[in-house]
Amino acid sequence: MQIRDTASGYGLTTRAIHWIMAVAIIGMYVLGLWMVDLNYYSPYYQSAPNLHRSVGILLLILLTVRFGWRLANVHPADDELSTAERWAAKLVHWGFYPLLFALMISGYLMSTADGRPIEVFDWFKVPAIIEDKGMEKTAGEIHETLANITMLVVLLHAIAALKHHFFDRSRVLTRMLSGSPKS
Amino acid sequence: MKLSAASLALIAALFSAAPVIAADYVIDTDRAHASINFRIKHLGFSWLTGRFDKFKGTFAFDEANPDASKVKVEIDTDSVNTNHAERDNHLRGKDFLDTAKFPTATFESTSVKVDGDKATIKGNLTLHGVTKEITIDAARVGGGSDPWGGQREGFTGTTTLPLKDFDINFNLGPASQAVDLTLEVEGVRQ
Repeated sequence: MQIRDTASGYGLTTRAIHWIMAVAIIGMYVLGLWMVDLNYYSPYYQSAPNLHRSVGILLLILLTVRFGWRLANVHPADDELSTAERWAAKLVHWGFYPLLFALMISGYLMSTADGRPIEVFDWFKVPAIIEDKGMEKTAGEIHETLANITMLVVLLHAIAALKHHFFDRSRVLTRMLSGSPKS
Repeated sequence: MKLSAASLALIAALFSAAPVIAADYVIDTDRAHASINFRIKHLGFSWLTGRFDKFKGTFAFDEANPDASKVKVEIDTDSVNTNHAERDNHLRGKDFLDTAKFPTATFESTSVKVDGDKATIKGNLTLHGVTKEITIDAARVGGGSDPWGGQREGFTGTTTLPLKDFDINFNLGPASQAVDLTLEVEGVRQ
């Protein structure tokens, strides 16, 4: 089992983090939309935002780890793609990092604007770094906008992967699922 | 010279009308000697309190003719503050104040009836895009010269607003249908 990425494919670490984050980020979007429309007497009125905040902090940690891992590993060759596709892929793949960091940080800033920490399940607390009551309004608007943009980029990313898989018969999708053919 | 009864009546009318130009006061929001506070029951178990941090206003008040008093206040609805960031975002949203659409709430008095130190202020409140006449029970707290060369007057007022009256229909439960407002106002004479 290949842990690290190689020129011929993704290692287990990258693949695991990719799919965990894919499921979690799409799940968080749906959870976010659903929880803000709950009525006050819903049994999930408190637990749904607790889950959203907790998973959000874990995702922020995972994103940081993933960014470090990405920098520390070679990237599999994209020579099956055209030059334009390679640049577009680079832009989307690297663009995810600032987009997701900003999305998660804006959520953190919104929830901690009044100085209260975020409780990650009942495991640990993340304290407020910037206490600035009123900041939650702008942070909240940014969080909502970036969440929508993220879903559009996710859609673009998924459509591109399926296009390369079904139309170009390239390995870009299968290598994220099953890794290097030689491993 | 003899004055006719008619000219006497005219002079009397002029004299009684002359001193009613009420003094104008600006509500002292600069140094925060005024606040717009509210409270609403939480589940019927306790009172949740909050306030609007940003507002401005003026009033006219003349001790000799208090019924001629007037008051006008503009509130920045985004400045709602219940000391909880996520709740305040919820209050700013479509379920409650919808501040993106209705960034300002205003109150303008239409009549003031004074009885001793107490007063009944009627006026139009525009909140969440709905204008309704409300009645504020007010009392003069005090007034006079301040230590820095100014003149100040201070009042306190209360009223109760049913949320449905202002088209705010988010269901907070049967005990939480109305919000109590307490207004603490100090004005500096201009």
